[in-house]
Parts: sequence; C-alpha cells; structure tokens
Amino acid sequence: MPKDSIEYDTPIGDQVAYTTCYMCACRCGIKVHLNDGKLRYIEGNRDHPVNRGVLCAKGSAGIMTALSPARLRKPLKRVGPRGAGEFVEIEWDEAMEIATSRLAHIRATNPNKLALFTGRDQSQSLTGYFAQMFGTMNFAAHGGFCSVNMAAAGLYSMGGAFWEFGEPDWDHAKLFLLFGVAEDHDSNPMKLGLAKLKERGAKIITINPVRTGYSAIADEFVGITPGTDGLFVLSLIHCLLEAGKIDTEFLVRYTNAHHLVIDAPGAPDHGLIARNKEGQPLAFDRTRRDVVSATAIDIDPALLGHFTLPDGRIAQPSFALLAARYTDPAFAPEQVAARCGIEAATIRRIAEEIAEIAFNQAISIDQPWTDSAGRAHKTMTGRPVAMHAMRGISAHSNGFHTCRAIHLLQMLLGAVDTPGSWRYKSPYPKSIPAGPPPGGAKRNENGSLTSAPLGFPTGPDDLLVDDQGEALRLDRAFSWAAPLGIHGLMHMAIAEAHAAGPEKIDTLFLFMANMAWNSAMNPSETTRMLTDQDADGQYRIPFVIYADAFFSETVPYADLVLPDTTYLERHDCISLLDRPIGSAHGPADAIRAPVLVPDRDVRPFQDVLIDLAGRLRLPNFVDQQGQKLYSSYADYMVRHERKPGLGPLAGFRGAAGDVPGRGAPNPEQLNKYIENHGFWQYHLPAEQLYYKHHNQAYLQTAKAMGFIDSDAPITLNLYSEILQKFRLAGEGHGTRVPPERLRASIVRFMDPLPIWYPPVEEALSDPVAFPLHAITQRPMAMYHSWGSQNAWLRQILSENRLYLHRSLAAKHGLVDEDWVQVTSRNGTLKCQVRLMDGLNPNTVWTWNAIGKRAGAWALAKDAPEARRGFLLNHLISEYLPASEAGHRASNSDPVTGQAAWFDLTVRLEKCAADTNPETEPSMPDLEAPFSLNHPIILRHGAPEPTA
Amino acid sequence: MTSLPQPLPGATKLGLVIDLDTCVGCHACAVNCKEWNTGGHHAPLPDHQPYGAEPDGVWFNRIHSYEAEAPGCGGRTVNFPRSCLHCEQPQCVTVCPTGASYKRAEDGIVLINTDICIGCKLCSWACPYGAREFDEDAGVMKKCTLCIDRIYNTALPEAEREPACVATCPSRARHFGDLGDPDSAVSKLVAARGGVELMPELGYRPTNRYLPPRKAQIATPPRETPMRAGTGVGSALLSLLDKVLSR
Repeated sequence: MPKDSIEYDTPIGDQVAYTTCYMCACRCGIKVHLNDGKLRYIEGNRDHPVNRGVLCAKGSAGIMTALSPARLRKPLKRVGPRGAGEFVEIEWDEAMEIATSRLAHIRATNPNKLALFTGRDQSQSLTGYFAQMFGTMNFAAHGGFCSVNMAAAGLYSMGGAFWEFGEPDWDHAKLFLLFGVAEDHDSNPMKLGLAKLKERGAKIITINPVRTGYSAIADEFVGITPGTDGLFVLSLIHCLLEAGKIDTEFLVRYTNAHHLVIDAPGAPDHGLIARNKEGQPLAFDRTRRDVVSATAIDIDPALLGHFTLPDGRIAQPSFALLAARYTDPAFAPEQVAARCGIEAATIRRIAEEIAEIAFNQAISIDQPWTDSAGRAHKTMTGRPVAMHAMRGISAHSNGFHTCRAIHLLQMLLGAVDTPGSWRYKSPYPKSIPAGPPPGGAKRNENGSLTSAPLGFPTGPDDLLVDDQGEALRLDRAFSWAAPLGIHGLMHMAIAEAHAAGPEKIDTLFLFMANMAWNSAMNPSETTRMLTDQDADGQYRIPFVIYADAFFSETVPYADLVLPDTTYLERHDCISLLDRPIGSAHGPADAIRAPVLVPDRDVRPFQDVLIDLAGRLRLPNFVDQQGQKLYSSYADYMVRHERKPGLGPLAGFRGAAGDVPGRGAPNPEQLNKYIENHGFWQYHLPAEQLYYKHHNQAYLQTAKAMGFIDSDAPITLNLYSEILQKFRLAGEGHGTRVPPERLRASIVRFMDPLPIWYPPVEEALSDPVAFPLHAITQRPMAMYHSWGSQNAWLRQILSENRLYLHRSLAAKHGLVDEDWVQVTSRNGTLKCQVRLMDGLNPNTVWTWNAIGKRAGAWALAKDAPEARRGFLLNHLISEYLPASEAGHRASNSDPVTGQAAWFDLTVRLEKCAADTNPETEPSMPDLEAPFSLNHPIILRHGAPEPTA
Repeated sequence: MTSLPQPLPGATKLGLVIDLDTCVGCHACAVNCKEWNTGGHHAPLPDHQPYGAEPDGVWFNRIHSYEAEAPGCGGRTVNFPRSCLHCEQPQCVTVCPTGASYKRAEDGIVLINTDICIGCKLCSWACPYGAREFDEDAGVMKKCTLCIDRIYNTALPEAEREPACVATCPSRARHFGDLGDPDSAVSKLVAARGGVELMPELGYRPTNRYLPPRKAQIATPPRETPMRAGTGVGSALLSLLDKVLSR
C-alpha cells in the first residue's frame, strides 16, 4: 500500500503579523499568518485581553472578506441618474478635488450643510473631531440605531454602561441575568464568560422572547413578551422592596438614595435635589436630627419621611419616592404576569433567587482597599448577582427607562462593581454627566464648534433648538424630541434631509453605513427619497458622498464613491477617546497595522479624511502656515493631542515609551504596539479592582491617566435630577420650554425614576389588526450585511425564514416552509416560515440582514439572499403616524432617539399554494460598477502547481 | 477491503470531547477548521458557486441545532457540532477497496490517503455519522484529520499543537486529548461529566465523546420565607429602614 505522506514540520507561513479583527465590533486580537504575501491563516491572539486566543466564525473567515468580489476598486463618479448605478472610475486626485471644493464652499457659507454620518465605525474620535473642526453639528455615528438607550441609561445612572463600559464578574458571579441578548456584543468575551459561569455551576437566566444563541445554554429561559422587560424588572424590584431585600448600606454610601428631593408640586424647583450654598446635596441625619450635607461621612441618613429644610421648603429622600412608586400593587407579579407573558410565580421565584444569592450567599474577598473618604476596609464584599443587557432592551422605544430599571435593580442590590456583580471596564466609571454638552450652538473664530457635536446635556439649556423649540440638528438629536440623543439619530438623517430639502443640507457624507438597505427603516422609501428631485430637476438631497470598501446597496445612490480598504490593509486605533477595549482589570487600547498591501486603487477612509481636513485647512489639521499637520492616520494616531499629553493611544507614551495614559507623544509608539502584538493593557492593582466609583486609589489612577478630570467619588444616580430638569420645562418652568405639542410627552417620559410604558409604536397600532410582535436576532456567524459577500459564511446562512411558535402556526394552518404574507401598518412582505417551540407564542422573528437586493454585494442575481432572503425593515418606518396637525414624530425612544426597531407589530396570512416562490418586496436588480469575477469553483489554499 | 490495526492495550486514542452544555452554536469551530484545512493536509477544501445560487463547499465540521424536550425546564435548544469521531471500529475503513481509508495504529486517527482514493464513496455510505466529505473537484474523499498537520507540527509552539476547532472555540466547549489514557484530562472530564458516545448500538466505538447539558440550580434553595403576595406591603421594608445606617 503506498504510504500516505504527511508533513509534520511545515511552518504555517513565512510571515506572522498581529492586528485587530474587524469582522464585527468586538475588536479581538488576531494573529495573521501569510505565505508568500498571501493570507494563509487567521487565528486569535492568545495574549489579547479581549479574546484570549479564541476567534469566532466571522473572524475566522476574514480571508474570504479580503478576497470578496464585492470590493470596490477605484473612486467612482456618478454619470447616470442617481440610483441607476452608472459610474465612471476616476483618479483619487479628481475625487479629492470634487469633495474638497464642495465642502470648502459649504464651510465658507454654512458648515451645518455638511451632514457626516458614519456607520459601525471605530474611529469616531477622529470623525467627530473632523466634524467639530469643520464646524458642523450634523454628525453622528450608528449608535442611535444600535445601543444609545444602553449607553445613555448607563452613563446617566452609573457613569458606565453595559458592554463597552462594563462587564459581568465572570469569575465570581453565582447568578447571571441576561436580558435581550442572543448573540451580541461582546461576542467572544460573552462566550468565554458564559463558559466560566457554567464551569463554576452558576445559574444563567435568559430573559428573551427567543431561545437561540446564548439563551440556548441558559439554565432557565424566560420567554418574555417583547417590550415588557422593564415591567418585569420593576416587578422584581417590587418583590424585593416588599421583602426588605435591598442593600441600604450600599445605597447611602454610593448612590443618591438619601439625597433630599424638594417636594413642592407646581413649583419650579419641585423634584430637584435640595442643596446647601456650597452646592452640596442635602440629607437628613437621624442621629443629629438635622439636615446635613449628603456627602458627609458618618451620618445616619434617613431614607423615608418628609423633612423641613432650613429655608422652610419640604423635602424627602429620593428613596422614599422610589419606595412609594414600586411598592404600588400595580407592580405586583400578579398584575404584570399576563402583559409580560411570564407566570407570577416565576417572577416571585426569580426575585427570591436574586435575594438568596445577593444576601445569603454574599462573597467576601480578603483585599484591603480605601474608599474615597479615606476609610480603610479590610475586605471587599460582593453581591454575586450579575446582569447584562443589550439589543432586546435597546431597540424598543421604552428602552432607556427599561435599562435604567435594570440599573436600579443593580443599585438596590448593591451589585455594582462589587465581587460577583456587574463591573466597570476602565476607563469607566466617568462622572455624571460623562462629558461636556453637545457642540453646535457656538463656533470659535476659526469656524470650529466650541465642543464636539455629540455630548451630554444636563438640562434644557444644553439642547440644540431654535426659538420655537424646534430641532437645529438634521436628525433631531438634542431637541425636545430626543433630549438625550447622545449618539444622534442616524435613522432620521436621510428622511429629514429629504423632507427639508436643500435648505437644510447640501452634502450627505456617509461612511460604512448601508443606509439604502438593511440600515434603513423602510428601504424602498429611503431609496425614493435619495433619488427624489425638485420640480427643477435638482435632487432633494443635493449631493451624496459615500465611503465604503464594498459594493453595498448604498453605493448606487452616491454621487461620489470613495473606496476604502479592508481592515487588513490599514492603520486604526481602538482608542480610549472613543470606544475602548478596557476591562474591569484595567484600561486597554489597540491598533490595526496593515498586514496586506492593497491590490487596487483604494485608500483607508481615515487617511482620506485627514487628507481632506488638510485640503480644507481645518483647525488643528494644518499648522499656522496652512501646511498639513499629519501625513496619514498613523501619523495622527501618534502625534495628535486632544489635551496636553492625551492622544488617541494611551500606551507607551513619553519619550522613553514607558508612560501609561497621559504623556508626551512617542515617535516610536506604533512600533511599541507592534512589538506588544497590537495592544496595550494596564493591569490595575488588586486594591483598585472593585468599587471603582468610590475607590480612592482607583480614582487617583484614573485622574492621573486622564480618564476623569477629578478624583471625587462618582455618586450613582438612583434618582435622575437631570431628567427632572427637562420635566420641569415640560411643565412650563424656565426660559426654555418645549413646543406645545411635546410638553405632555416631556412630562411623561423625562421621569426621574424608571417607568414602564408600552412601546410607543405598539401603543399606536391596532392590536387586533396587528396582534404579533416581530423582531430580529443576530446570527452568530454574520455581522449585519457584511457576511453575505463571504464565500464561507454565506454557506452557513444564505436565506432566512420567519420563525413562529407551533401554537401560532397551528392557528394559521402553517407548516415548515409555507409562504406567508406579513403585514404591518407600514407595509407588507412575503416569506417562508419555520416552526419552533422556544419562542414567545405571540412573537415572530427572523435573522437580521440576510436578505440582499439582487445584484448587490457582487452576488449572482439569483442568489438565495435575494430570492428567498428578506428584511423586516420593509415593515418599519422611521416615522410614526402623523398627528392631527400633520407632525410626524420619529419612530424612536422619546428620551434618547434610539431607533425603535423592535416595536414592530404585524399580522400573518397564509399565501395561496400557487404563490411565486420568491420573497417580496423585490426591488429592481442592481448592477455592479465593475466587471464581475465569479469563480465557478473556489480552491483557496490549493498548492501552487509546480512548474 | 482494508484491515484495521490490531488494538493494543493502553494504545493512544486521540480524539475530541465536545461539551453540549456550553456549545452556543456559533460555527467558530467549523469556519476555523475550514480556514486551516483548506491550506492544510487535505488542501484545498473547494467551494462550488461561492457567490452563486447554490453555494456548496467541503467542510470537515458542521453544526446542527435542535430543539429537544427536557424535563423541568420546558425544552432546550441543543447545538451539535458534527465531525469525524475517529471510531475504533470504523466501517469507512474496512469498506475501502484500495486502502486509501485507514486507521493509524499509533494514535487511532482515521485518515484518507487521497493519492490512492478512487472516489467510489463506499466509505461515506458506510459512515453513519455523515462525517466524510467528497471533493467533487478532485474526485476524492476528504475528512477531518484531527489537524494532524497541527498536533504534531514541530514548527508550531507547543501550546498551539491542538486542532484548530479546539484552539478557536469561544465557549471552550471543545477539548482534545488521549481518550485511551484514563488519567488524561479529557478522560477525567468524560468521567466527571458522564460523557457519551454517539449511537453506541451501531458498534463503531467512536473515540470522540459528547458531554450532556447540565442544569445549574441555585446551590441552596432560598432560605427566607418565600416572597408571596399580600405579606403586608412595606412592613419588612420599614423594619429594614429602621436600622441605623452609616454613610
């Protein structure tokens, strides 16, 4: 028998490079092997703090994204009608000249006429800075349709948030509650963490309408009705209050539970926190029987009762308001059970389990630490109940308050940054508010905005509204319609640009956002708006610049296309100024360094933006002679300083490269990162690992490194005075009040304590006509629309189905693969169904972003993504039904402007047996702006034929 | 037909232990396997119509998800990764007319010598687990090699000498080792967790093991009086709040 030949000593390749993955948003470290300059193998970086060597399906398929036939090749200029996809290839010089002259004119006349919106971008500290220096307030990234509810609720409550600013204590938690997360950020760290919990026998409870992904391995599946999580959580709080199972010591030490709230209904200070003349909040000390500074130590603060302030006003502790509200029988499990789709006994049992773990199974770590008042503690006590929440909470119009309700639960349990609970990821916590208010109202002499366009309002004075109280920003962020729209409302940008016409903006500049397809609510209406013309034949949205690496559905709607590279061909920084990769163990950041040289005429978008800023002579991008300050993004990453000593990268600063956080720029910084395999991490000493909001040593470290301006303790906002300030304006107090039509809604939604209300769109819909909730889940092997161009990933999922509970299917006489028509108030689609058990019976769902427009992403026009895939987006509108006065509110959370993707309600009808077996609606096919190269067979990795 | 090596007592039996309790069905193992092996011993793993109407390629590892009834928790979704089980009595080997399909005596790995495979597919018919993958482009059968070009590869750092699927698994649900050695970490894991072989009734004696789902309970049942409705709203809270607090 001929012997099989096996090679046991062949190196993987001839070159190894370390960089950061970008197949999704998690920013895992990767080790890339090349052979003869070609990609051979991508694996997880075993030393990297995010993924510790593991790598998901997406990351493992990076080779096929680099080889995608959908990659753009050269700058494109539109020559046919917009949307027809008729382009000519142009040189970069011409492309940059077109962009520069257009933008220079805008900047010289009205800078706000440039609207810069970026997608799932990881360079927002650069793009936001560009917008600020350009002088336009019309800037945002994709957070407004992703997770702003989580970020805003977290930052305004605790100075941190789920995912990027916090994580569960995987090593100590004994009970883990997972809200609305199937497969989501933090993808690989979540999986590593869940495995750790399982290893230790911790209990995992998933609260999710659908049992897929992480919910599949949970110990208990709570198949909640979409949009009712807040009610469920407030009912848990009701049970805990009823049983006296809360951590009062934690509340008075670390939150504003004992702060006295003025009780003077109708007065302009009603609901504000009473303060002394030094501005310190007040409390009532039961020992001294006196009103004292609430920040004083060694007081015995009252949590209930009414007290008379020295000036005669009456006030009560904020906790008293909380207790009165949530002990109300309306929050009893028996009252909420039907609405939530969860049995009352289950809610009561879960409350018991939480109380058991938090109070009877508390843990204590023998680790001395010193609190911010200078008191030494011998141990760190933990309440080992951890929580995590994301999409399913965020994507509802009640998501801000729901997320705040979860944080309230954490605070009441004393389960914030303690052993076993949810923990801050350094550089968080930050103060509340987490930064300056949004820029836009004022400009410096050099034309730049006085502060960044996205910021943190603390009251009505910080809003960007005109004298009538109407939005100044294109997307309505920071207006009375979305006071805490801290990430902007990207889903409104095109619709509002179209509605206002050229008076509002001139150029819509988009980066990496598939706004004409899966990132649009109602893609067919969006594409109509992008192509709509005035009577004189001018486009309603005069000019569209689009930067992306791939031929997405949005490319045909641009006038100028700037082709980007893939993540393997560019520099990037995962910056502490933006969205860091720090952990509870310490701050961290990372870089991307080019692994491949582009084989086509494309340029990294960040390099292009810095070039553009130089051509436009924007402040801080050129020197006093008008010469460009930065030759590239890599150069900017090293030399730019936002404040003295603070730059895009926190590692290896100072002349010798040994200063962490704040220090002089180091010309060798990128080499240091490369030597360290692409990242920097600072390990906090053990005494700083918990109680970061009140940990003296940690706060001093954070201040020294430039994360926070002051090392004062961060008091958690159980009660949000900031929200109350907006509410008072809604009641007519102050000089800045909402327009009449929004007053009632401001009073209702800007409640200083969490509330629950039915999702706004659902409440406006007829429950008989549209009895079912419809949501999407994110497939584990796909990241939004990117996966379908990937030869490997699309074999895992190339068409999607609508999943129904078996009982619902029986009602409609449906079996697997039957075709149905799905109708919402906004539209109709046709698709096939599949039946399952692990699903809320009144909910239908499908995978996110699998459906593609025929021809897009360089797929064959008969690809299953186009013929049997579909998007729920066609059933959703960015607007709610018009009011009687004709005003159209956005389909958003009324506090933050978060896109309310999951508020959708629908009905089903079975299609006739002879229905055409293709999904609908079907938009006209797209033609790629380059000749297609479709191999019939791909033999990646085949040995080179020997000569 | 091809004969099997004589099993020696205490012989090495390399294989995988896959934890169905922690597998979230993310496909990381499948894609990383594809990525490694398309440039590895069986290179390439071709993909037909990669951008067309019916994309279909060679994969050594595929993931299936099932819903199953489980007492006490109203059912469960189980993710099931499927690859070659490196059986001790593999009929895929014994049916092979050319000797291309073989089982190694030294470590129990089942392999294919593609140089002498005639593409008759008898082996794939004989495998009840559906673990064999036919490369129509080359006209030969291919399959999981247990990353034989990684696990013994002297050019790799020692820590990396494990199958790609094991190295990449984000929920650490995959383990690799010698299941012939009762003292190995994998054997101990199987013993501790009650690991099972797939379809033992067929008699192929697979080497790989699957660990069944666990169900965690709150270690101690709640000790206090259960929280029941109508216990007097506020009384427990009031007595708690009565206590002296120290800020």
